[in-house]
Amino acid sequence: MGLKLYGLPMSTNTTRVMACLHEKGVDFELVPVDLFGGENRQPPFLAKNPLGRIPVLEDGDLTLFESRAITAYVAEKFKETGTDLLRLQNPKEAALVKVWLEVESHHFDPAITPIMFEHFVAPILGKTPDQAAIDASLEKLGKVLDVYESKLSCTKYLAGEFFSLADLHHHASTHYFMKTPWASFVNDRPNVKAWWECISSRPAFMKVAEGMTFVDTK
Amino acid sequence: MATPVKVYGPAMSTAVSRVLACLLEKNVDFQLVPVNLSKGEQKKPDFRKIQPFSQVPAFEDEGICLFESRAICRYICEKYTDKGNKGLYGTNPVARASIDQWLEAEGQSFNPPSSVLVFQLAFAPRMKIKQDQVVIKQNEEKLSKVLGIYEKRLGETRFLAGDEFSLADLSHLPNTQYLVTTSGRGELFTSRKNVGRWWNEISSRDSWKKVVDMQNKGA
Repeated sequence: MGLKLYGLPMSTNTTRVMACLHEKGVDFELVPVDLFGGENRQPPFLAKNPLGRIPVLEDGDLTLFESRAITAYVAEKFKETGTDLLRLQNPKEAALVKVWLEVESHHFDPAITPIMFEHFVAPILGKTPDQAAIDASLEKLGKVLDVYESKLSCTKYLAGEFFSLADLHHHASTHYFMKTPWASFVNDRPNVKAWWECISSRPAFMKVAEGMTFVDTK
Repeated sequence: MATPVKVYGPAMSTAVSRVLACLLEKNVDFQLVPVNLSKGEQKKPDFRKIQPFSQVPAFEDEGICLFESRAICRYICEKYTDKGNKGLYGTNPVARASIDQWLEAEGQSFNPPSSVLVFQLAFAPRMKIKQDQVVIKQNEEKLSKVLGIYEKRLGETRFLAGDEFSLADLSHLPNTQYLVTTSGRGELFTSRKNVGRWWNEISSRDSWKKVVDMQNKGA
């Protein structure tokens, strides 16, 4: 029995996992979850993820939620195949990957997510985007990207001279962000821009980018 | 010979105390190096070389410099697998995956509202910063929803990831300590039967008691 991933192709968290599976060359079935119909708040789904969010991975008897726990599991289980995402053979590199995974999780994602919510989702929900919230998030994001600009002047990728899971985790949100009026936050930082162009041209990401039609349904 | 393991930052910082708890669970000797946050030491260029976001903790071990408390904890568990609590981060990939998912739940769902409340209720008064009641109410509601989910989960298992104490539970200790003991909103936890039972168990561990002792002594 193969892997089943419950989620949606336009969801950044689902895409995070799909990009990882593609980097590893691992087959999986994507099972859509009807978020707009509230399927994620019904008992059958809550039995898989009590937090009621996508994605969820099923691998035989194992059910996992939280996209970053899922990618870590996939990257470790399939460590002998595809792209080396965790650098487990080199403890120092592996430790640095862990650091930049947390940076994405606790610095980058909280700064960028409100911008995408206000710009793309709020209008779909019939709300006016909260410009003050966008501005506050842009200020935070600018500071985070300044740290990235400095780091990426020393190394080609975030954790070192190698592409890793830490870079991959940035794909989906940045892909959407580049379609907002504020893409200059990336484009005006030469090292960040070069890094983005490099990671976004990876075949694994281009496969998932095809399904990221959220923006175009607006 | 002095231990090569160094943690930079004050024990009263929630993120620093997360790392200290992990080191104590794993019986790993360490040196705690003070960083004077009120004097802005964390913003100085020398510190920013090891922690570019000017936050604490920063961490060193045999030539490796790390930051982000949860990354440091995972590193400690993986490097010192055979020391102290061997099951803290799981002894096989499936156990580890379950711990990771609850560690992520802590980081993504529990930490944001609880951190805001820790700041507003425990730190703002000491720093003579005015509390924002709207922000407090919003975050209490968010935290209540998360604790409602935890209440159900902890009725099914003894700890979050299963029947053994893990890094996922440990990660909740710092914020919960402040909320239960200092904030006046402890009933968010203690009024929930399973969450209350879980809190009593995890906070009674020797490792956590030592951290609280360090905090009380102003380390």
